[in-house]
Amino acid sequence: MSHHRVWVYGDHINTDVIFPGKYTYTMKDPTQMASVALQDLDENFASQVQAGDVIVAGRNWGCGSSREQAVTALKYAGVRTLIAASFNGLYFRNCINQGVHPIVCPGLADTLQTGDSIEIDLDEHVIVANGNAYPIPTLSPTVRAILETGGLVNMLRERDWPMAEAT
Amino acid sequence: MSGHTFVEKALARAAHADSARAGDVLDVQPDLIFSHDNSAAIRRIFMETGAQRIARPDRVAITLDHAAPAPTTQHAQNHAEIREWVRQQGIANFFEVGRGICHQVISEEALVLPGEVILGADSHSTHYGWLGAFGMGVGRTEMAALWATGELWLQVPESMRITLTGHLRPGVTSKDLALFILGQWGADGGQYRSVEFAGEGISSLTLDQRAVLPNMMAEFGAMSAYIPPDQAIFDYLERNRQRDYTPLYPDDDAIYADDYIIDLSSLQPQVAIPHSPDNVHNLSDVIGQPIQQAFIGTCTNGRYEDLAAAAEILAGHHVAVRTIVIPASSEVLLRATRSGVLQTLIEAGATINTPGCGPCMGNHMGIPAPDEATISTGNRNFRGRMGTAQADIYLASPAVVAASAIAGAIADPHEILIQQQAINASGAIL
Repeated sequence: MSHHRVWVYGDHINTDVIFPGKYTYTMKDPTQMASVALQDLDENFASQVQAGDVIVAGRNWGCGSSREQAVTALKYAGVRTLIAASFNGLYFRNCINQGVHPIVCPGLADTLQTGDSIEIDLDEHVIVANGNAYPIPTLSPTVRAILETGGLVNMLRERDWPMAEAT
Repeated sequence: MSGHTFVEKALARAAHADSARAGDVLDVQPDLIFSHDNSAAIRRIFMETGAQRIARPDRVAITLDHAAPAPTTQHAQNHAEIREWVRQQGIANFFEVGRGICHQVISEEALVLPGEVILGADSHSTHYGWLGAFGMGVGRTEMAALWATGELWLQVPESMRITLTGHLRPGVTSKDLALFILGQWGADGGQYRSVEFAGEGISSLTLDQRAVLPNMMAEFGAMSAYIPPDQAIFDYLERNRQRDYTPLYPDDDAIYADDYIIDLSSLQPQVAIPHSPDNVHNLSDVIGQPIQQAFIGTCTNGRYEDLAAAAEILAGHHVAVRTIVIPASSEVLLRATRSGVLQTLIEAGATINTPGCGPCMGNHMGIPAPDEATISTGNRNFRGRMGTAQADIYLASPAVVAASAIAGAIADPHEILIQQQAINASGAIL
């Protein structure tokens, strides 16, 4: 069981407001990415977010671009769990592959305000908010393994790679 | 036992499985993988995995298109890093600055074929459904994994079917159809799904028109989209293809989670207003909205017919606002040069930029000032998309964008066409 402060947002929050496209080929440092996270949606977020905070949103979080920095920026801002009524499919995959846990939980955003706290119990697969329990959906074994290893890069690191041939 | 949808068949083939059903998790080996200006960032992730060589460099493509030619030294360094990587790894399909937008170039080069699977580090990779292929966008980490291993985990999506009947009326395009779909069922109407088009209405759409539909299904939340390929597609690919292929079609008794029918003849021109591509209105409701910039281009509507449709409207007129035209590829640019379409556009006051993505995602070549409105043939009008959160973006077909450029406000191309026909007719009498 862990306690988390929440940032609550609405429906259809797209990747252009999570991480603006104009930075995509120039910004390489993930900490710098964190400093512009959600800047066109919530000017307080980047300056006030703390490690362990959780975003709780409505439908279709992360729609738009495939840009992974829209996950990276939040991850390095300290957000390791995202809860939404539904996720864009690409964004959901990007979360898993970066070791950020996306939890589909319809209705939760309607009951909370930014600054509230929730409890997440991964052993019991449940979120507790305002005294109510919300189930955490189980993931397929493949997906769970990637998440538990901390993402796709960590998983690939465990492989034995052939050496590059001499050139 | 019910039949299979297109996506179930295509992913089973690419995973070397006998069959697959929605919900199955498969390790898929795509026929082609590609990335663009993001390839340098993908290389850095690739290096973190410990892998040293790209598994199948013959099945990798890279285009420089998103910020090309480089607008800043930083962008130029990014391109330089990519060129060096292409050389080191022997990447077989590399397309330089000016060749065009990834989706258009890969289609023209026939690097992906009907029934095949293509994964791209770009959300509009749904595009390849226009060729009857499974196309899906992936993130940078996923592309690094694909470079390293040649395969990726995928969960087979559920499918929905959109059956098209009848014919589009003159002045109505597949862009209007795509916007209509978004307006009707919302930006998550196709969430996690394969959107499979069907029906006799498809054959009435030209090839350039068809490509718009799967492309725009990215805005619908779709994993992929599909148009059943016909002889016109096979002929198009014949010029450049380098391998054989087997087109795939869904079974008649395949299971669809949703089944919609659209009568093409009932549609009218549509416009998406700020700040979401599903905020769609009839053109007639937004006429007169002032704009300060018009943009014709992108992977959605930067093909030859799009430029020709704009030229038809602009002929003999002069634009009232700055009008930026960016062909989707060098092939499109060349064809528009030879046919005179380019001359018509330039004479009308439009300016032509290097084939590529241009200002669509706010990189360069037409960034609006705060409080300016742009009407664009692109696919996204999210707040901040073109560089500043204070600028409004309207999305429409090339003809509507061209008519709006003349008026300096959102306008109906139909009225301009009627005037032009009247002028032509009187000219004939004189």
